[in-house]
Amino acid sequence: MTETQPKDASAPIIKIVAMHKWYGDFHVLSDINLEVQPKERIVICGPSGSGKSTLIRCINRLEEHQQGQIIVNGTELTNDIKNIEKVRAEVGMVFQHFNLFPHLSILENLTLGQIWVRKTPKKQAEETAMMYLEKVKIAEQALKFPGQLSGGQQQRVAIARSLCMAPEVMLFDEPTSALDPEMIKEVLDVMIDLAEEGMTMLVVTHEMGFAKSVADRVMFMDEGQIVEQNNPHDFFDNPQHERTKLFLSQIL
Amino acid sequence: MSEPTQPSREYLAAPVLKIGALAWLKDNLFNSWYNSLLTVITLLGLWYLVPPFFKWAFVDSLWNSSAEACRDIDGACWSIIPNNIKFIILGFFPNGEEWRPLLAMFLLLALVVYSKERSRWNKYLGWFWVSGLIVMGTLMYGGIFGMTVVETAQWSGLPLTMMLSFFGMVAAYPLGVLLALGRRSKMPAIKTLCVVYIEMIRGVPLISLLFMSSIMFPLFLPDGMTIDKVLRAQVAIILFTAAYIAEVVRGGLQAMPRGQYEAADSLGLNYRQTMRLIILPQALKIVIPPTVGILLSAFKDTSLVVIIALYDVLKTTKVTLSNPKWTGYSTEAYIFLAVLYFICCYAMSSYSRRLEKELHTGY
Repeated sequence: MTETQPKDASAPIIKIVAMHKWYGDFHVLSDINLEVQPKERIVICGPSGSGKSTLIRCINRLEEHQQGQIIVNGTELTNDIKNIEKVRAEVGMVFQHFNLFPHLSILENLTLGQIWVRKTPKKQAEETAMMYLEKVKIAEQALKFPGQLSGGQQQRVAIARSLCMAPEVMLFDEPTSALDPEMIKEVLDVMIDLAEEGMTMLVVTHEMGFAKSVADRVMFMDEGQIVEQNNPHDFFDNPQHERTKLFLSQIL
Repeated sequence: MSEPTQPSREYLAAPVLKIGALAWLKDNLFNSWYNSLLTVITLLGLWYLVPPFFKWAFVDSLWNSSAEACRDIDGACWSIIPNNIKFIILGFFPNGEEWRPLLAMFLLLALVVYSKERSRWNKYLGWFWVSGLIVMGTLMYGGIFGMTVVETAQWSGLPLTMMLSFFGMVAAYPLGVLLALGRRSKMPAIKTLCVVYIEMIRGVPLISLLFMSSIMFPLFLPDGMTIDKVLRAQVAIILFTAAYIAEVVRGGLQAMPRGQYEAADSLGLNYRQTMRLIILPQALKIVIPPTVGILLSAFKDTSLVVIIALYDVLKTTKVTLSNPKWTGYSTEAYIFLAVLYFICCYAMSSYSRRLEKELHTGY
């Protein structure tokens, strides 16, 4: 297998083939096969410990897989640090706990990656940053520090920070789980806008309303395996597996 | 923010409990029987100590007299300082050239004071420092512009103390940071090297390092080759301080949440960028208080160079006291030195507190 493959329009942007991962002896992901098409919106759900976060963290190599293949936009993830950095620059990630850089202002949080990874001139980087801050409706906070913002605002900044890198794919790792209820909506609204603009998204979330209205495909994981995947309509109204039914009965 | 529970919410002022000096005394000094007891004992102690000290230091004292005049008084003989100030401060620096070390020290001080403002930290400041240090070195050593050569063996007193501690701190800090990063490296060779270095240096006293640098190290050099003694002491101080800095910085690195690394990784920053832009600025800020502790003790430890016969400001004071004329006025001389050291240390620690405040961004 070569590390870079020619791109064509119908090619999946993410391709995972027979991928396994272990934490020591614990087999956390087992035989994962997944193809994500450009502009596809996938919601991944499942009980805690099912490996859903680990799966998306493998896609930008925050976690290492031990077997199988992960190919992102034509680049295979191996131990080659150059490939890893290339993939990371193309894949944006939003974390449960925001992970903004607390010692930098909001604006600096957004320009950092552009300036140091994309080598964008500072002025242009700032313009891009302001544009995305505008988009997540938080431009007036640009000169504040993350510690001065509410959780919902911080998460919107985190989304804007990823978007500044002009990623091909966005990964969301439980983006609303650490938020107070009244702030969840403002973050979901931003994500819905993003979906409507055609961003490829993989979202780990318990927000089933979001899954129903936005996802092209809902995926249920349990014990490190993809148990079931389907379009949201069939997934919620007509689940096939017992484990899926049990899970849905518990959360809906 | 929160919804009002009634149509018009009443905002009450915080309760004012008690006002006035008496209330303050009662609250702070006599609020229980044991605190009252402690207050009384402390006041008694002060009563017995302060007035006699005041009388000795200020009432019965002589400030600028001959040594003979001091024999007739009960109070402090501060005259020892002005009479010997040149030797205490400048040591064996040749007569007639005093302006050179004085100017060098003034230059160093001016640069330090100028560099206090973070808004001035830029490329030009770096060049200021480089040229400043060259000028200082030239002033001290001489050899050009008609200035006589003053060998480093004659550098002594306050300039020596300032030089050893300034370079000790400035060079040890980055070295310590590198050692801390090395100790957390995933590469076994680098990690082992750093661990061995840090533990070895921390396992021996500074005095033994100074001895080694001054007595053992020259034995290993080829015949005829010598390395300046002051330089060797300077290197020993740097290596010693760096090991301690390294462990403090490592503590700061360990305090960084994993999410910061992950966020930096997910943006595609490489290791050096992650460390330089994300991790170190935060980690070093966290460890400002213990770092300053180490720098302060490094500053004071420079006085240990007396054991390899370098004359720092403590040693020049001792030499002054060994003059029969002035023997017996050690209290006065040491109080003067203590004040000198205190001013430097206090300036450093209050600057570090200011820096901490400035770098605080509300998290």
